[in-house]
Amino acid sequence: MSYDKELYQQVILDHNRKPRNFHVIEDASHNCHGVNPLCGDDITVYINVDEEAGKINEVSFQGSGCAICKASTSLMTAFLKGKTVEEAKQIKDEFHKMILGEMDPEKDEHHLGKLTLFMGIREYPSRTKCASLAWHTLVGALDRKFDGISTE
Amino acid sequence: MTEANTSVADNVLDVEKIRKDFPILSQTVRGKPLIYLDNAATTHKPFSVIERVRSFDAEQYGTVRRGAYSLSEKATQLYEESRQKVADFMGAEKKGEIVFTSGTTQAINLVAHSFGKRFINAGDEIIISNIEHHANTVPWQVLCEERGAKLKVIPVSDDGELIMEEYEKLLSPKTRMVAVNHVSNALGTINPVKEITAKAHAVGAKVLIDGAQSSAHMKLDVQDIDCDFYTFSGHKMYAPSGIGGVYGKMELWEELPPYVTGGDMIAEVTLEKTTYAKPPARFEAGTPPITQVIGLGAAIDYLNSVGMDKISDYENSLLEYGTRLFKEIEGVRIIGNARHKASLISFSINGEHPSDGHPHDVVSWLDRDGIACRGGHHCAQPTMIRYGVPATTRASMAFYNTTEELDALAESIRNGFPYGFVAL
Repeated sequence: MSYDKELYQQVILDHNRKPRNFHVIEDASHNCHGVNPLCGDDITVYINVDEEAGKINEVSFQGSGCAICKASTSLMTAFLKGKTVEEAKQIKDEFHKMILGEMDPEKDEHHLGKLTLFMGIREYPSRTKCASLAWHTLVGALDRKFDGISTE
Repeated sequence: MTEANTSVADNVLDVEKIRKDFPILSQTVRGKPLIYLDNAATTHKPFSVIERVRSFDAEQYGTVRRGAYSLSEKATQLYEESRQKVADFMGAEKKGEIVFTSGTTQAINLVAHSFGKRFINAGDEIIISNIEHHANTVPWQVLCEERGAKLKVIPVSDDGELIMEEYEKLLSPKTRMVAVNHVSNALGTINPVKEITAKAHAVGAKVLIDGAQSSAHMKLDVQDIDCDFYTFSGHKMYAPSGIGGVYGKMELWEELPPYVTGGDMIAEVTLEKTTYAKPPARFEAGTPPITQVIGLGAAIDYLNSVGMDKISDYENSLLEYGTRLFKEIEGVRIIGNARHKASLISFSINGEHPSDGHPHDVVSWLDRDGIACRGGHHCAQPTMIRYGVPATTRASMAFYNTTEELDALAESIRNGFPYGFVAL
């Protein structure tokens, strides 16, 4: 799927205004707080992991931030439902490489599905942290970083 | 553009001629002319400064205060001439009252450290305001922690003005230092620094004024203000980055111990004991940023050739024009409505949806129209907390900006609402 600017704009706007899975999971098995100190994006990601199966049953989030941060987190929570923990970490690495321009989803193999719509962010380095905060925070939760994570 | 603005702007300052002096302003961004409105962050350099830096490095560069040969003597003379230019620009009595640093941040750290070491003890009090830059907050917090002193904060009104009655209540015989900005970088408020200084002196306290945002935008007279310290940053005054400094009253400098130690700031060094030089040398350890000091002198020459009063009047007319434009846009809320403001406008967006218009998104949106504004907390997180916003978008004008540029800014903002400020 090639980068479609209009689609990007519509999806980001939609997920910013109506973020999916935007709630607390009261008895989450994992959670983590993540911030972008320089711009003020501030989210908490909650995950319910079926430890035995190594599967992610549910992901949700709360917090505030710019449209790219909220949309990225919202899309992540929807995308990861039912994936394994290993798959989630692999997707995080691929996503990060893509937005840094180190992986081209139009040429290289990947498991990003419609997350490739963030491909255009590689042209805007100052916004990459907005898109990747969700994923850093997710991994922080899976790795049980109780003090939270920061992109600085 | 209304007729009133044409007459005010054109009679005072020839902005088209000024713009030709600044080479960077003629570039395009994503195919559109650059509209640079982040002057509170840093300013651009006129040809005369760029050329002076080049010619100095090409023909006159040499070490200062050390060599006895011609090149060094000449460089030292030019270096001290720059110091004199700064002293005159600020209205200081003696050139030795100007200490060069890398900028306002280092200058405030210098004063906090040295004044703190000499004069601050447990139980003493230091006053700052609720609308300071982190550079004029953190050094005082650290000093108070280290010395067991207390930090007090002048509250600010909803419009962004310091509440002077509350300031008076904070002053006491225990107050040793009052540190406030002349102009708030987040709100644009111009503080009544002369009055603040007088009230502080009445209880025996000293005053530091953070002049990072003011020195390029209004005529300065530190003796008239009667402050004890006044800081400035060269890169915000059309000079090279990496140079700034602080004015201080000589009798106070003479009392203070050094901050950074090493070469140049000494009188005599043995392995057993070292004595220190007189001010300003005492506070200028090591080889200074020689070329940048020369560049600063050239920037002051340029500003003087334009005229600070003309600059101030013109920028004020831009502020009035921009404020009027913004008030006409439904969904734009200006943050910082003090009666006396410098030429910057901080604003937040009330978009079609509550989630629309986060400053980071607005800045990217504007960037696509070639417009450079700043979004964030502006190194003034306490200010953001006071006004209940995580961040604002800020447009800050200089005397090379135009009303047409402000028109383009307003249009770009209007165009953002239907798209929730999500840029392609």
